[in-house]
Amino acid sequence: MTLDARVDRRQFLRVSALAGGGLLLGTILDFGAGTELFAADAPKVPGGEFSPNAFIRLSRDGSVTIIAKNPEVGQGIKTMLPMLLAEELDVDWTTVKIEQAGLDTVKYTNQVAGGSSATPNHWIPLRRVGAAARAMLVGAAAQTWSVPTAECETSSATVTHRPTGRTLRYVDLLERAATIPAPELDKVTLKDPKSFRIIGTRVRGVDNHAIVTGKPLYGIDVAVPGMLYAVYEKSPVFGGRVKSANLDVVKREPGVRGAFVVEPAGTDLTGLLGGVAIVADSWWLARSARKKLQVEWDEGAGAALSSTSIASNAAALAKQAPQRSLRRDGDIDAALAGAAKVVRAEYFYPFIAHAPLEPQNCTARFADGKLEIWAPTQNPQAARGLVARALGIDEAAITIHLTRGGGGFGRRLMNDYVVEAARIAKETGTPVKLLWTREDDMHHDFYRSAGFHNFTGAVDASGKVVAWRNHFVSFGDAEKFPIATGNPPFAAGAGIGAGEFPARFVPNFALDASVMQQFVPTGFLRAPGSNGIAYATQSFIDELAHAAGKDPLQFRLDLLAGEVPAPSPQQGGLVASRVRGVLELVREKSGWGTQKLPRGTGMGVAFHFSHRGYFAEVVQATVSRVGALKVDKVWVAADVGSQIINPSGAENQVHGSVLDGISEALAQEITIDKGRAVQSNFTDFPLIRMAQSPPVELHWSLTEYPPTGLGEPALPPVVPALCNAIYAATGKRIRSLPLSKHDLSWS
Amino acid sequence: MKVSLTVNGKPTSIDAPPDMPLLWVLRDVLDLKGAKYGCGVGQCGACTVHLKGSPVRSCQLPVSALQGAEVTTIEGLSPDGSHPVQRAWDEIDVPQCGYCQAGQIMSAAALLARNPSPTDAQITAAMNGNLCRCATYHRIRDAIHAAAATSAVTPSAPAATTARPRQAGTPRN
Ligand code: FES
Ligand code: FES
Repeated sequence: MTLDARVDRRQFLRVSALAGGGLLLGTILDFGAGTELFAADAPKVPGGEFSPNAFIRLSRDGSVTIIAKNPEVGQGIKTMLPMLLAEELDVDWTTVKIEQAGLDTVKYTNQVAGGSSATPNHWIPLRRVGAAARAMLVGAAAQTWSVPTAECETSSATVTHRPTGRTLRYVDLLERAATIPAPELDKVTLKDPKSFRIIGTRVRGVDNHAIVTGKPLYGIDVAVPGMLYAVYEKSPVFGGRVKSANLDVVKREPGVRGAFVVEPAGTDLTGLLGGVAIVADSWWLARSARKKLQVEWDEGAGAALSSTSIASNAAALAKQAPQRSLRRDGDIDAALAGAAKVVRAEYFYPFIAHAPLEPQNCTARFADGKLEIWAPTQNPQAARGLVARALGIDEAAITIHLTRGGGGFGRRLMNDYVVEAARIAKETGTPVKLLWTREDDMHHDFYRSAGFHNFTGAVDASGKVVAWRNHFVSFGDAEKFPIATGNPPFAAGAGIGAGEFPARFVPNFALDASVMQQFVPTGFLRAPGSNGIAYATQSFIDELAHAAGKDPLQFRLDLLAGEVPAPSPQQGGLVASRVRGVLELVREKSGWGTQKLPRGTGMGVAFHFSHRGYFAEVVQATVSRVGALKVDKVWVAADVGSQIINPSGAENQVHGSVLDGISEALAQEITIDKGRAVQSNFTDFPLIRMAQSPPVELHWSLTEYPPTGLGEPALPPVVPALCNAIYAATGKRIRSLPLSKHDLSWS
Repeated sequence: MKVSLTVNGKPTSIDAPPDMPLLWVLRDVLDLKGAKYGCGVGQCGACTVHLKGSPVRSCQLPVSALQGAEVTTIEGLSPDGSHPVQRAWDEIDVPQCGYCQAGQIMSAAALLARNPSPTDAQITAAMNGNLCRCATYHRIRDAIHAAAATSAVTPSAPAATTARPRQAGTPRN
């Protein structure tokens, strides 16, 4: 039974009736939930509490509880979404308590941390939920005084009757408010942004106190009575299966309560992967017993794969006719033939791991046919579906509690560790906490896909870009790929959109693609697609700028000026004026082109549009004669619409994304040898440290567009901006990552 | 193996495998979840605790070396989160995911205990062994300076509450 079927008929009708009340409700809003409790029969909570909806609870003691609906993995959503509700409810933030919701798609619909989507999806809808509750409280006060609601106003959880100055606190209105009919969400009045008192202020993370005092918060901290601890060994070769294992030896190790083979359920790369589970009295004992484990694997077809073989296959594909044409504008061959200068370049970026600092873990308890799960997942809904399918358990029998996640970056959109814990707990019959080692995490990620871009570009005598061709070589279903119908079956996170910049800005344009069969599991890493595509595209634009003899920043502005009118307006593509806005802002703030830098020091620029956000970034870098690189400073200009909801959290996201991008570029690479990931820990897969972290100067460009998210879009431009800075400093063009593989010395 | 040690000022006896690292003793035997596992190989600092006031990686310290040890964890840094470093971390809103921060705070507190007003270079040297995957390094630096400033004025008084303008209060839950 799917979850929808559980929504009883009465409730379902109510939801649809409200959904019919406004387009937003059914589409963008899509809160099955906000609606559910907006019925006239708002629940009377014992003790006289007022719960106008699934998100807000006002109690007799004057406290205000707001439910944080989405998973928190460091993006600040547990703080930001409740701010929207508190603002429109008109209560003081200091009186608000936050409660983390578990998975409940009936109440909360979509509960996912991904795609920097929470801000655009909730900006209006959640404020409406808060405003509706406020309207009910105002209605209760007006009724008490027998005055029109229009004569009443609110602030700090108090209703004031303007003409007489009488006041009533929310806490004194709870019972009457529960009898007021709930207004329709699309009819409520929202605050004028000028009168915001919470939105736009620096609000600290709601879990800060628990974090700085070391309270249990994360999945790894979960403790359930009678819990045992598990480790899980999977085939080092992607897609391999267990042939046999010395379980008898392992079972004799101290503290071991069980050891068993798990058969896979799913495809070779996703779902429940096969392996050997060891369950023991403590995690350390389970891990120690694992040292004695010997498994014979059926390694499968992936075992022949290596980074070298991937690179040579990609090079061979690039020389052949592309398997697919994704977009073709104008006459590229004629344009190339008639151009003043033609530039060809091949770009490569490697597989990289997510490596959130909290290793994958999940706690599960299976009893009486019911499964209870505590998971630091970004995508609990998908987790429930995966567990239900793999274990043959009804979705309705699965409860998922959301813990804080020690970083996500897209890794926890995949729920392999959740289904493993559930499977092990089901077999063990006691609650089990599965915890991966860091090495497990490096060896079994859904990596950022490697990618190969083969560019040909041309400028005319005036320096204008007249032709652009990219033959993109990636991964996917090689058998289906040449069939040129439908969406090309790229591997997860390994695709490119037909509208990717500079489509629409170059008159003769071709985007082609070919794929190799996927053997390495890939997924979504912070700004998926964009984090590689921006590097290649914005580096190659830099090459064209230099070929044209133009200033690289001005060259980009000129390129944007040549917009070819789209067949249908924008289609979700970038708005050129917004890119120009951030480019001009970053030019001004960074002092671009105004100073002569010494040899070995250079500035690079890049921009990227992703996740509805516009970012232009300038990097200044210095390379010593012997090739030691120092990133001196990064300037960021950002346009994410009209309002920065929580400036403190927003700055955190931008600083973090920028340093994350530099971290990726400096030295991160997962290489493949004999079908397995070579790197295993932070020793050979380094993260950026304090000493390498440059200052980041951030400038917001507030525009009239609705606010959008910040988990991702600041990352992509910093990588090419850094590489372009290195070119400016040394004359060395960086056509592959990571930088640690390049000799940057100059003389 | 049986060893006696002091954890957050409390004499404690444990019986655990000799090669079990202090990190897992704290987390799974003593139920102190503040110190975190990030790498297990001394690379990330998420497991940092104090041994006689010096920062150490608890994932690298086996039970066999713990007899008589005096260990302080994040839970023992202050009874209520009032240590100047903890206050500064909250005021300046350092955490993103927060997972590394117990280790960062323990490294920072040890630094300030031996050097009450460190320079930027000294902060970098002391903190470079603590990874933050979310890259909160700018605010870690700011918070150390802020904690240094408040503890220099009044060593035991609460940290300043004016570190940031327009800062709304933090709800507790
Ligand atoms: S877990 Fe100890 S240093 Fe990483
Ligand atoms: S705050 Fe996430 S690892 Fe430091």
